[in-house]
Amino acid sequence: MSATTTEFQTPDALARAQQGVESAPEFAGEKLIINMGPSHPSTHGVLRIIVEMDGEIVTKATPDIGYLHRGDEKIAENMTYNQFVPYTDRLDYLAPLANNVAYACAVEKLMGWQLPPRGQAIRVICCELARVSSHLLGLGAMSLDLGAMTVFLYIMTEREKIHNLIERLTGARFTTSYTRIGGMTRDLPPGWIEEAQAFVKQFWPKIDEVDNLLTRNKIFIDRNKNIGVITAETAINFGLSGPNLRGSGVNYDVRKVNPYLGYEKYQFDVPVGSVGDCYDRYLVRLEELRQSSRILEQALGNVPSGPIHVEDKNYLPAKAGVLTKMEELIHHFMLVTEGIDAPAGEVYFGAENPKGELGFYINSHGGGVPYRLKIRAPSFVNLSILPKMLPGHMVSDIAAILGSLDFVMGECDR
Amino acid sequence: MLMNLSSALAGACVLGQTAAADGGYVLNVAGYSLWPALTITLLILVKVAVVIGVMLFFVSYSVVAERRCSAAIQDRMGPNRTGLPLSGVKVLGLFTVPKWKLLGLGQPLPDSLKLILKEEFTPASVNKFYFTLAPALAMMPSLIVVCVVPYACLVPIHIAFSSPFEFVLNIPNPGVIANIDVGILFAFAISSLGVYGIVLAGWSSNSKYPFLGGIRSSAQMISYEVSMGLSVIPIFLVIGKLNLSDLVQYQATHGWLIFPFPWTSEFTWSQLLLWPCLLLSFVIFLVSAFAETNRLPFDLPESETELVGGYHTEYSSMKFALFFLGEYAALIVASCLMVTLFLGGWSWLTPASWTPWYYNPPAGWLGLAITGLQAITFLIKMAMFIFVFIWVRWTLPRFRYDQLMQIGWKFFLPVALLNILLTAVLLAVIR
Repeated sequence: MSATTTEFQTPDALARAQQGVESAPEFAGEKLIINMGPSHPSTHGVLRIIVEMDGEIVTKATPDIGYLHRGDEKIAENMTYNQFVPYTDRLDYLAPLANNVAYACAVEKLMGWQLPPRGQAIRVICCELARVSSHLLGLGAMSLDLGAMTVFLYIMTEREKIHNLIERLTGARFTTSYTRIGGMTRDLPPGWIEEAQAFVKQFWPKIDEVDNLLTRNKIFIDRNKNIGVITAETAINFGLSGPNLRGSGVNYDVRKVNPYLGYEKYQFDVPVGSVGDCYDRYLVRLEELRQSSRILEQALGNVPSGPIHVEDKNYLPAKAGVLTKMEELIHHFMLVTEGIDAPAGEVYFGAENPKGELGFYINSHGGGVPYRLKIRAPSFVNLSILPKMLPGHMVSDIAAILGSLDFVMGECDR
Repeated sequence: MLMNLSSALAGACVLGQTAAADGGYVLNVAGYSLWPALTITLLILVKVAVVIGVMLFFVSYSVVAERRCSAAIQDRMGPNRTGLPLSGVKVLGLFTVPKWKLLGLGQPLPDSLKLILKEEFTPASVNKFYFTLAPALAMMPSLIVVCVVPYACLVPIHIAFSSPFEFVLNIPNPGVIANIDVGILFAFAISSLGVYGIVLAGWSSNSKYPFLGGIRSSAQMISYEVSMGLSVIPIFLVIGKLNLSDLVQYQATHGWLIFPFPWTSEFTWSQLLLWPCLLLSFVIFLVSAFAETNRLPFDLPESETELVGGYHTEYSSMKFALFFLGEYAALIVASCLMVTLFLGGWSWLTPASWTPWYYNPPAGWLGLAITGLQAITFLIKMAMFIFVFIWVRWTLPRFRYDQLMQIGWKFFLPVALLNILLTAVLLAVIR
């Protein structure tokens, strides 16, 4: 019985009313609370933001996520490493190839494997194609949110070509599931490199087309300049990554800082913004399209020959012996049913994905199934800044800001 | 519709008096002449029917044009499959109607059928009376405004023949439904009523997104009405009359306002001094017209990526269709006004001396045909402006609400005022 009650005695009704007005400033003006999402044209999926507005000015924004939660991390604990590959398609479903690669690289890091050069080159090509595809949609969706629908449809034409390439490569346009632990499902189909080169060649002028339509458009600039400013410090504090971080002027690209898959061999620049507003983020994405095309040109022009799979005698049976020799057959059977016998330990691998740094943390107790798999989803982290960023902007700016953050709810909710 | 008719009838009475004052009869069939006022009223009803029919035709086909043009701009196909009704069907076992695809020209029919057959859902929380009234109010002003737009010249059409029976018909004002002297004021007065439809829709829906859309649009339309009204004042300073038919006549003899070509009969070089002012008027009027018709880049009331559907979020079926078509009707009226005010209405770009019959049609059936030609000229010019509206919509992004208001009040309003001042000073200098 230690609860205490504090009582305030107010002398008369007038003073009580006065006190009430002072202690509750919200009576000064009625605020409008509107619910943006989970089904709203500019929330790109199922993001829900509860927006409190004073007139057209946002005073408070509370994101509500989880409408697309599937429990991917828990699912991963109940299946072998290879079986989880299709689930990675559904993370950032606008760049599934990049997710496949990031996941495979993470498990390979746990295994201590290094892909042969050809395998690495193919993965780089996959990653950059996915980046182009995702950034294209990011730009398109941003312009669509600002009312420029035509840019969106131009961009869809280009994505269509990328999807055709990806279909030839993996057999699926969207849910690629291309990688396996230690390699890929298949090698490049004959003639694919030339097709991809032809695509990149015709892609350069298309970037300029988008550039011409938007970059110097007065309305577009007015809508984006000094809107949704994230300072470098705030961006780092909130753990932003990818183009959103670089738009704020932080020169951090996992491909440069911590190269994987031989990214150090390719020449490309990392575009960095200066102000950290929506316009900078747009410019960074636009320039990254060009840089990705540069990487694609280099990678496609110089694909080494050789195997695409890891060949590790300790873990993998000799392929030639699987159908003829008892030992190899049993080994192969165990590999398929129980998964690869991974060593115990913890590993984190972060890849520079289109949306930011996609990290996989794997805690293995040995055996073919992870004990814990944690996905660091860049969209989730990037969206965490919304409550800080949105207040003070107009309701129309929400569309511009959400467009410029370029998130995917599949990844955010996992 | 009712207001349209009543305003037309008011015009008819005036015209009836003038016809009676002339002493001549209007319609005389086999020696029996009808009371002139009644005849003129009937004639005006016919004109109303024709003009509204053409207008609604253009409304439905500008939807098709919008879809086809946007598809062309965006590297798509657009609706190109819908032919005309019964295509491919054997009629009465006699002949088969050919399967013309006709560029999707049959599209308005399935479009409207779809909208009519949709469930008409009225949310429980709405104010039913205003909720039902709003779509009608959105559509009506545009239909009323067309009655002061001159689509042909005012030279009376006189049709007479004696066999097989005696027939005389005078059509006093063939080129316009109501030739009223306050023409442009009437147009502005009525078109500003259009905001009621949107505001009422936003308010009566009793829902937050439509409410925001309604507030935005009332602010937007009222703001741009000011600069729109001010932008046309220089024109009427130059002309000295508010009557739109007189304005077109002036442009036929002096050159179009945005292009004072020197080969017209009464062209004076001092007109060129006023040209920049009129061009400025045109630009302000054009931009304000975009804002008035709620088209991109000013489509904030219904900006779908922010306010879902804006003021018509809660509407469905034909009520939605009325908003949708009302918007296109407003677009057509804005194009009509622009053609009339700046592009010489029904007049041609050639010297009047080349085609005197065009500007002063002879009596008889030929005169009627030439009047039709004038109307077609007018419609072609109007279609050009509709294309400009479509073209801009699919090219530009959308303004933000405060930016829009800033442009309206801080830029267009002062510029329009200065333009009036400048025109007045120039006129004083010239005359």
